[in-house]
This record gives sequence, C-alpha cells and structure tokens, in this order.
Amino acid sequence: MRPDLTLDIKNLRLSFRSWSGSTEVLHGIDLSVAPGERVALVGESGSGKSVTSRIVLGTMQDVRHARVSGQVTFEGTDLAKLASVERRALRGREISMIFQDPSSALNPVFRIGDLFHEVLKRRHPKISKGEARQRAAAILQDVSIADAERVLSSYSFQLSGGMNQRVMIAMALINEPRLLLADEPGTALDVTVQAQTLSLMRDLVEQKRTSVLFISHNLGVVREFADRIYVIYRGNIVEHGPTAAIFDAPQHPYTQALLSAIPRLTGGGVPDIEERSLSFNDPMISHGTDI
Amino acid sequence: MPDPILSIRAVSKEFHVGKSRVQAIDDVSLDVFEGECLAIVGESGSGKSTLANMILGLGAPTSGAIRFKNVELPAKRSKLHRRQIQLVQQNPLSALNPRRSIGASLRLALDVHGHGQRADRPDMVAALLKEVGLDPDMATRSPSGLSGGQRQRIAIARALACQSQVVVLDEPTSALDVLVQARVLRLLNALRASRKLTYIFITHDLSVVRNIADRVAVFQKGKLVEIAQTETLFANPTCDYTSTLISAVPVVSPEEVALRDALANVRVF
Ligand SMILES: Nc1ncnc2c1ncn2[C@@H]1O[C@H](COP(=O)(O)OP(=O)(O)OP(=O)(O)O)[C@@H](O)[C@H]1O
Ligand SMILES: Nc1ncnc2c1ncn2[C@@H]1O[C@H](COP(=O)(O)OP(=O)(O)OP(=O)(O)O)[C@@H](O)[C@H]1O
Ligand SMILES: [Mg+2]
Ligand SMILES: [Mg+2]
Repeated sequence: MRPDLTLDIKNLRLSFRSWSGSTEVLHGIDLSVAPGERVALVGESGSGKSVTSRIVLGTMQDVRHARVSGQVTFEGTDLAKLASVERRALRGREISMIFQDPSSALNPVFRIGDLFHEVLKRRHPKISKGEARQRAAAILQDVSIADAERVLSSYSFQLSGGMNQRVMIAMALINEPRLLLADEPGTALDVTVQAQTLSLMRDLVEQKRTSVLFISHNLGVVREFADRIYVIYRGNIVEHGPTAAIFDAPQHPYTQALLSAIPRLTGGGVPDIEERSLSFNDPMISHGTDI
Repeated sequence: MPDPILSIRAVSKEFHVGKSRVQAIDDVSLDVFEGECLAIVGESGSGKSTLANMILGLGAPTSGAIRFKNVELPAKRSKLHRRQIQLVQQNPLSALNPRRSIGASLRLALDVHGHGQRADRPDMVAALLKEVGLDPDMATRSPSGLSGGQRQRIAIARALACQSQVVVLDEPTSALDVLVQARVLRLLNALRASRKLTYIFITHDLSVVRNIADRVAVFQKGKLVEIAQTETLFANPTCDYTSTLISAVPVVSPEEVALRDALANVRVF
C-alpha cells in the first residue's frame, strides 16, 4: 500500500455470476494514480474500463451478481474495509465520476437545476437553492453552455447529447473532488467545446492537485491530455508507460495495432487491421515507470 | 444531378422550455442522394439529432417539408415509411428494450421487416452479432449488462437487420475503440456498396468523416453553414466555423498537424 498515491489498485479481479456460471472480466489489474496526475485508460470496447471505474467509485461492490477481489486504496484507505455507507460518503465529494452514458446517469424526473442542488448539498449540506443555482450557472458557462438558465430549467431529455455530457462534467467538477473518474467525457462534444472542457479539467488538476483517471477511445485527446497511459485488452493491462513512450515506441502487439487503426484527418481510407490476434495475449509490457 | 432520395425543404423546428424558445433547426434545406454517405458535423446542440428525429418522423417540423423519393412524408408515418428509413440513436440504451434479450431484439427487427425464414432467425442473429465483432453468445444477455460500445454495436446490428434503404446514424461509433470502429466502418461501407444504401452519418469525429463521407454538411446554431464534397471541404473550407473545427481536431501524426496548421493560418478573423 502506498499512502502517497491517490489511487492504488492491486490485483483487481471482477467476475459476474449468471445462471450458466461465472465469467471473469477483470483478470488481476494493477493501476495507480498519483496526486495531480492525469492517467488514461485506453483499450478494447468491452475490455473492462467502465467496470474498473465503477469499482473505484464503489458502486460495483453493491451489484448482487458481481464479485470483486483485490485491493483498491484511495488516499491510503482500503475501500473494501469501508462500509457501504462510508463508500457512499466519498462519492460525489472526494471521488466523482463522469459517466459514459450521461442520459441514463441524469435522473429524467428532475430538472437539471435541482440535480445540481443535490450534488452541491453533498459537500455543502446547507446550501440554498438560489446559491446552488448561481454556482451551477457559473460552471455551466465554463463548459461553453451559453444559455445556462434554460439548461437549468430543463429535464435531461430536453437537452442534446453533448449538453447532457457537459452537465455531467460540470456536476463532477463542482465539488472539487480529489479524484475524478472521467469515462468517455467528450464523445458527444464538438472539438472546440471538447478543448474547453479539457482545459477546465486541466485547471482543476493544476490548482487543486486533483487526480484524474481518464477513459477514452479518442487517442488524439489522450495524447494531448494524459501524463501516463494504461492499455487494456480483455481484462488485462497489456502495456503502460508515459504518454510519449506509448505513442512513440509502442511495444505490445495490441497497442501497436490500436495505434495503427487511428483514422487520419489527412485521409487514406478506413484502416484495415485485424482486431483479433493471438499475439494480443502476450505478456504485459511496462515502460519502467512505476511511480 | 439525379433526383434526391431524401429532400429537406426549408425545415425549422422550435422547442419551448418554460419562458425560453429554442430554435433547434433554422430554415434548413438539403438534398441527400441515393447511395451517398452524407456526414453531418457541427456544434454540440446545433440541431443534428433533432433533424435526424424529424427525418424518422419522431417530432414534426414546425415548418417546412421532408420528401422521400419526391413524396412528402406525413407527420404520422406508415409502416412502409418506417421500413424505408432506419435510425441508430445517439443514446443506444434508450433505444433497446431493457426487458428483452439482445437476441430477442434482433429477432424482432428481422420479424417486423419479414426477412428470412423464421427457422433461420437464430443463425441470422448470430451472423449479425459476428459482423459487428460481438460474440454470438451475447444474444442471451440483456442490454443493461453491456459495455457502452457493445450496446452501440447492437443498435447498429439492429438497424442493418431491417435492410432499409436509408440509414441515419447518430454518433454510431463514439463508444468504439479504433480497431472495432474500423471494422464497423468497413462493414458499413461494404453494405452500402452491395445494397446501395444511403447513409446520413452524424458525428463529431472529423477524422472518421474524412475517410468515409462523400459529402459533409456543417451545422452551427441550427443553421446549415456549409455543405461540400469531403475533399473540397478539407482542402478549402469556405466557412470560418469549418476551419475552426478542422484546426481544433486532436491528432497523432505530423502530417495531420501540418494539415491543421495550414487551415489555422488561412483563417481570417
Ligand atoms: N452487470 C453486468 N453483468 C454482466 N456482465 C457485465 C455487466 N457489466 C459489464 N459486463 C461485461 O463486462 C465487460 C466489461 O465491461 P465494461 O463496461 O467495463 O467495458 P468497457 O471497457 O467500458 O467498454 P466500452 O469501451 O465499450 O465502454 C463487458 O464484456 C461487459 O459485457
Ligand atoms: N424535446 C426537446 N425539448 C426542448 N428542447 C429540445 C428538445 N430536443 C432538443 N432540444 C434542444 O434543441 C437543441 C438542439 O438539440 P440536438 O439534440 O438536436 O443537438 P445536436 O446537434 O444533436 O447536439 P449534440 O452534438 O450535443 O448531440 C438543443 O438546444 C436542445 O436543448
Ligand atoms: Mg465503457
Ligand atoms: Mg445529438
């Protein structure tokens, strides 16, 4: 255990039970994030990125047919030693999450303004409705939402995909968490708005030494944003190291295939690369950066 | 020029939320030709999904008309119309019935559209799943336990099962890693060629657009601000907003950086 790390994951396993038996989806993952560090988790669709972040958030442990083992330490505290209520107390305050699917994460029976009020109450239990609205409007402007008042009066189904995503981002940032779990935060944003939200996250990291675990399929964004990268394939980390090392000298066959499949702004057609290969199961490669 | 398969004529759409009025689509006209892939890109909140929904008959335009093969589409669509145009929604979870298994959803799509013999359905479902890079075993699972990209692929598989002539794809690959994305894009290309499909492909990913679209339409604040052949648009964008967009794309190679910088420099403010 390393108390100096914000997040330290050791030998994390997850399996799901069903009527036909048990399926393991995480096969023993090690991953860490230091204070003020931006770490990206990239890889195959279905390889276990979202479930990993939900284990850190502490919600996967409450899913009945899920079985989690291994160690997840947040600022020196072993999450498994906390009761469900104590884990819940961290959520939305010390650890917050931008969910991959904002339209299902935002409760459709409440207006966005009321949802913000609830989120703010987690850190400031006595905050008034008026003050919450003011603070929410300010942070919405920071994520390039021009008509914040209208958005606060709306339900999530009255907003566009990218507006919901920005609402989620704003909610995750507003309580200035110690650890931000950002699961595909930019998929519904145009590139200029995306740049704006990334710079907002970067400010938080720099001013408050917030740590970020950033999940994304957009490798261009990852290259600009992350300090370090973990590459995951079918529930195993296959390669990890500093961003430059991964992009300039990828060693694992899966990482190499992934990087060569990035569609290019300069054209050249859709890449034609096999998305399965036995060599993708090769042992993990570490670029010697254990922090 | 051949006749367009789909023709959008002076379409506007307004929403009202409390005291505010939202002009989601503002007097948009555009034609879509048979067999083409037309990309729609632009600002988040500029009305792209609203337009997609109206093409499907989910919400009528406040004014204007949408024509399919020269016939105006009514607000209430017949079964025939629903067969001819399919939508892959931006948020696939809301499009899949949570109580139905993946296999049942796909079989239903095949049934509704009367494709193949009933006895062949399980094999057809397995083939569909394989084509989008999923394990055929996934047929027994429910949508709630799937990853974001797995759901997205189910939504694509379902739309393709319907064998419609026009497919509107709203951010269909945003939750896929680039390897699986490439597979899905190749599949879409192959089906377009073999079945003469027409795609309206809505996305924020300009690198994908460059590699699959014949033409690109750029939206900003509810308006169509530019429409051009893909090569022309990337070489010579005429609208400032288009060059702003292209020059803000996060890229990975030096050639792409050069293209981006070239556009950033021609921009006149
Ligand atoms: N509640 C659940 N029950 C059963 N299996 C599940 C459940 N949740 C997730 N899984 C499975 O676990 C695996 C990992 O899912 P996860 O959502 O973490 O993928 P991901 O890496 O986030 O993928 P994507 O990039 O597509 O979002 C997937 O194969 C998924 O089908
Ligand atoms: N049912 C509705 N009621 C009220 N306003 C709506 C409704 N649907 C959409 N809007 C508004 O219309 C505008 C356009 O939304 P739309 O979803 O079409 O944008 P978009 O271009 O698809 O954006 P994104 O790229 O973020 O998905 C937004 O301001 C949105 O809030
Ligand atoms: Mg995911
Ligand atoms: Mg949309």
